[in-house]
Amino acid sequence: MADQTYEAIVVGSGISGGWAAKELTEKGLKVLLLERGPNVEHIKDYKTATLAPWEIPHRGRRTLQMMENHPNLRRDYVLNELNLDWWAHESDSPYVEKKPFTWFRGYQVGGRSLLWGRQSYRIGDIDFEANLKQGIAIDWPIRYKELDPWYSYVEKFAGISGNKDGLPQLPDGEFQPPMPLNCVEKDVAERVKKAFDGKRLVTIGRVANLTQPLEGRTQCQFRNKCSLGCPFGGYFSTQASTLPAAEKTGNLTLRPWSIVTRLIYDKDTKKATGVEIVDGEDNKTYEYNAKIIFLCASALNSTAILMRSATDIWPDGLGSSSGELGHNVMDHHFRLGANGIAEGYEDKYYFGRRPNGIYIPRFRNVNGDKRDYIRGFGYQGNASRSGWSRNIAELSFGAPLKEALSEPGPWTMGMTAFGEILPYHENHIKLSKDLKDKWGIPVLEMDAEIKENEKKMRVDMMNDAAEMLEAAGLKNVKTFDSGYTFGQGIHEMGTARMGRDPKTSVLNGNNQVWDAKNVFVTDGACMTSAAAQNPSLTYMALTARAADFAVNELKKGNL
Amino acid sequence: MAMNRRDAIKSFALMMGGTMVGANAILTGCAPDDQIVGLEFSQKDIAFLDEIGEAIIPTTDTPGAKETKIGEFMQMMVKDTYNAEQQQTFIDGLNYIKKDFKSSKGKNFMDAGVEERTAYLNELKTIAAKTEEKGPAVVGMLQDLTVLGYFTSEIGATQQLKFIEAPGRYDGCIEYKPGDKAYAI
Repeated sequence: MADQTYEAIVVGSGISGGWAAKELTEKGLKVLLLERGPNVEHIKDYKTATLAPWEIPHRGRRTLQMMENHPNLRRDYVLNELNLDWWAHESDSPYVEKKPFTWFRGYQVGGRSLLWGRQSYRIGDIDFEANLKQGIAIDWPIRYKELDPWYSYVEKFAGISGNKDGLPQLPDGEFQPPMPLNCVEKDVAERVKKAFDGKRLVTIGRVANLTQPLEGRTQCQFRNKCSLGCPFGGYFSTQASTLPAAEKTGNLTLRPWSIVTRLIYDKDTKKATGVEIVDGEDNKTYEYNAKIIFLCASALNSTAILMRSATDIWPDGLGSSSGELGHNVMDHHFRLGANGIAEGYEDKYYFGRRPNGIYIPRFRNVNGDKRDYIRGFGYQGNASRSGWSRNIAELSFGAPLKEALSEPGPWTMGMTAFGEILPYHENHIKLSKDLKDKWGIPVLEMDAEIKENEKKMRVDMMNDAAEMLEAAGLKNVKTFDSGYTFGQGIHEMGTARMGRDPKTSVLNGNNQVWDAKNVFVTDGACMTSAAAQNPSLTYMALTARAADFAVNELKKGNL
Repeated sequence: MAMNRRDAIKSFALMMGGTMVGANAILTGCAPDDQIVGLEFSQKDIAFLDEIGEAIIPTTDTPGAKETKIGEFMQMMVKDTYNAEQQQTFIDGLNYIKKDFKSSKGKNFMDAGVEERTAYLNELKTIAAKTEEKGPAVVGMLQDLTVLGYFTSEIGATQQLKFIEAPGRYDGCIEYKPGDKAYAI
């Protein structure tokens, strides 16, 4: 017996879920937005966003207690005393690593939209066509021209600043004015362009930080504290952007602490009738009904919900009839590149803390370039002057050290590559038979690794960075490879891929589950291939497109 | 996300840097009541740390590390962020300094002037770079904690550096003259 009936249910309130809620409510549907974690209210709950350095107890360093409590978060930069509550706690929500897998989750209203890196890139036909042309996995069921208007639509509302670079491998969009490069980056861009005959481009990152105000939001104040929540609404988050829009319609009900245990499936109509949740606070079970359901619970969790649903008909869950549910998990492999010192700029500095850097679009295996691997990678990086935390071994304690560290140090520039991971069927997730989370729900078991193609690519990813920095005249250029474990890109995707054939895919070209057409999966789970670009903008566009389709189908009586 | 990640990794690497070796150096020859045992520091121990900090970053035309309560800060950081081995290295190192200062300078560290203390710590830094001995290694920890505590303190950030809470814009290329302060954040 349902506790309440709505027209649509959206599961998850992160980047994708926020968009689904906005679009569906604006189209007139009564929407229940379910979020598994606590509420985070815009501005009011950004408790550390305006702290001065001296108000931060350990000045940003990690305590032994944090390290002990967060064995997974400690693997990377995410472990930070200022926003610790915004990352899922491993003790409440464990998972099993059959192979090393790093899973950084945001379990609160806004999800990882509060925490994301905000780099926003389109993927083009080079990416949509690659699987088909190279005989990898299956073909995407859509092409760039179908997503192009939806990219424009979400870019304008989200507010993406960037430069139109005119590259086929990185389609331009509807941008606010780009942020500036600094003096070193500008010169490096010129020299790289010259050294590589215009085939490699150093440009400013396309980023979801406003350079012009939007309704209810102030432009970026260049504080570079985005991951603490922005009191100015300077970057795109659910709280700053999509949630206020959805709430304005009067059609939204937001329910935090709602952990979806399963979808309720009716085998006669072959549709889902609603969802069952467990309340994260009182541990009671509730049911909600709706005509359509959008799963935006983050890639692996959306798939986990499907795996826990309709198991009386399909033992491996709703959407498993193709045998692909949970398979083809992807991410972006990274954590390697190069850095060096830029000399001759000692009389130059900058003003402001830019929450963005340079981007070098893919140049491998495009425009006639051919390597011993397929696909490619892009770079993110920046140039800056080092500050007081630099180590100056030769300086004497006393006034000399004090004075020297009070002035900016040398200019350094570094870049990190983000590479595409191919969709491999054997890279998969499944529900654990033994381990359950705090709420008694079976947890996920991860079994994925990078293979030969990615390993070959990594050689270029590191060496090309050094080659460009050297060509740009930097000194003391050093490569680095800090090692990569699957998931560490925090771009985990795949496991419920879109396709043209129900026998080989979980979703169709409109993000509908083949086996339950009123269920839509529009987050990273739907990806058929990963491309090399940061993926969130694509989830936004796919979500808006699917929401439009869903409402039209509903009106036509097809759902 | 790359810039943030890279910076974070860099600063983490710096913090876990080469100075933090150590073991349980057992020191003899000090009067037991002068030894620091464990991390529940007395006011006297905090005062000792304050003076070490002041010797590393002294008062000039702006206040030095002592005025930022650097001793309390160091104690808190060692307690909360150092592992057991590092904590022991820190405590043993402080005891080493007390004893070594007295035996080489003929007086207690606390009875010396700031210049004398600074000169001693500079000598120790030179020795630490060359020796396998455990005691001098603490000098790297003391430098790290003093620099961190000072430049992130209100005094350090606003008087010795340029603190701009909300810049409001980004200008990628401005003139810099020697002597201009670096940004606090």
